[in-house]
Amino acid sequence: MKVKLKVWRQKNAATPGRFETYDTPELNPNMSFLEMLDVVNEDLTTRGLEPIAFDHDCREGICGTCSLVINGKPHGPHRGVATCQTYLRSFRDGDTILVEPFRARPFPVIKDLIVNRKALDRIMQAGGFISVRTGSAPEANSLPVPKEAADLAMDAAACIGCGACVAACKNASAMLFVAAKVSHLGLLPQGQPERYRRVVAMVEQMDREGFGACTVTGSCEAVCPKSISLDFIARMNRDYAVALFKGVGARPGRAAAVPA
Amino acid sequence: MSAWIRLLRSSLGLKYLMAGSGLVLVGFVCGHLVGNLQFFLPPPVINRYAHFLQSNPELLWGVRLILLVLVGVHIGTALRLWALNRAARPQPYASPATAYGSTLASRTMLLSGLMVAAFVLYHLLHYTVKVESLNGTPLAFHQLREPATGHADVFAMMVAGFRVWPVSLFYAVGIALLCLHLSHGVAAMFQSLGLRNPVYAPLIQRLARLLAVVLLVGYLSIPAAVLLGRGQNYLRRVVEHTAAALAPTPANPPAAH
Repeated sequence: MKVKLKVWRQKNAATPGRFETYDTPELNPNMSFLEMLDVVNEDLTTRGLEPIAFDHDCREGICGTCSLVINGKPHGPHRGVATCQTYLRSFRDGDTILVEPFRARPFPVIKDLIVNRKALDRIMQAGGFISVRTGSAPEANSLPVPKEAADLAMDAAACIGCGACVAACKNASAMLFVAAKVSHLGLLPQGQPERYRRVVAMVEQMDREGFGACTVTGSCEAVCPKSISLDFIARMNRDYAVALFKGVGARPGRAAAVPA
Repeated sequence: MSAWIRLLRSSLGLKYLMAGSGLVLVGFVCGHLVGNLQFFLPPPVINRYAHFLQSNPELLWGVRLILLVLVGVHIGTALRLWALNRAARPQPYASPATAYGSTLASRTMLLSGLMVAAFVLYHLLHYTVKVESLNGTPLAFHQLREPATGHADVFAMMVAGFRVWPVSLFYAVGIALLCLHLSHGVAAMFQSLGLRNPVYAPLIQRLARLLAVVLLVGYLSIPAAVLLGRGQNYLRRVVEHTAAALAPTPANPPAAH
């Protein structure tokens, strides 16, 4: 099969970008979308053209590095998979496929389809941790965790931090990401000591980065490659409200430790 | 930062303001419907209720002021969030806007909300301030008096207002937009306040839609009943009584100019 690719090309953050259209070489329908881009790039390189820059790493749906908005949907046409596990058999021979980078003010384009998602890292640095001594694993039964809490925390921890929720949201809101991270730690006993300080610090870092607010459209949940539930956002909203009632403030020392 | 500053500055705080003000306003929408449904009882009932409200100005204006402030908070916060949200995506996508997993109501909250605000303004001018040029009928609303008591006749005013079909149609559009807004807004309110978990999340969604349908049917039943003929005879009697009372008679001469 062959497809026509309409791809966003942009030299760097300072240069304006534009769409370029490429006819692909012959493709195997069982290639992943990223493998297709590899083949296209090989072809571009042999023709002396600049290959298309795109983010990728594990290519098995667990690292959260791949991105792309394919025909208007982050991570392509299917539910619950990342771009790396989207295959060409999901498209028809001769299709024109529109490929864009994730669009959000906190995600500036680095080159072509690669955007800078460090804003999400800074949110994690603001509160996405627990302060315990690391070392050898403690005896598992010394800290009882209810099965329901463990399951729910695991559902939240499935977030790979790819930023598709931001890309899909009409407000470019990062609430689903932040909610997953807040809930993952807040549901477990190890996360309790910093539970309310964490939610305040992470939400405020999210606001500082310039992400939008939640209108509860549910688009984030629909495009999330890990199908993270909107219920976690409600959980984060509840924790933040409780933190306000408790008068919890981010420790100045902690906030200052966050690199700008 | 104090809790108050957080409430006014953080994106979550703004959502609490939206949800909190929305909650009270939805309460008013429900209460207003219950009051209005007295239209289906004999005319003296709703007239007595209206007179009760009008004769307690402290209560009436207290509630009006609270509602006005909350409408201000609701719209002001919505516009602030809208500005923040727009700034968060300076470059739009080239592909047409997609609606993955989202409903029309959820994507058009600001638009439906502002249209409802415009409708509420019209509705207030029509039935509360009684700007007679908005009636679409030669009957002057402020002259309609209940024959038995001489108090303002709200029943007759509702009949006189809604029997003008373009008025009823405009009213129906306003109510439909309000219900579209609430079908999403009520569910989102629970979400924003964190009052939702996987167990009763589907219940909240259904409750929001059910409430929207109940409000739609309830509010539209009144103009529908008027257009089907309810209260026409009563209105004629009130108009005749008013005309007789206003007619220049030897005992009641017209005021000299």
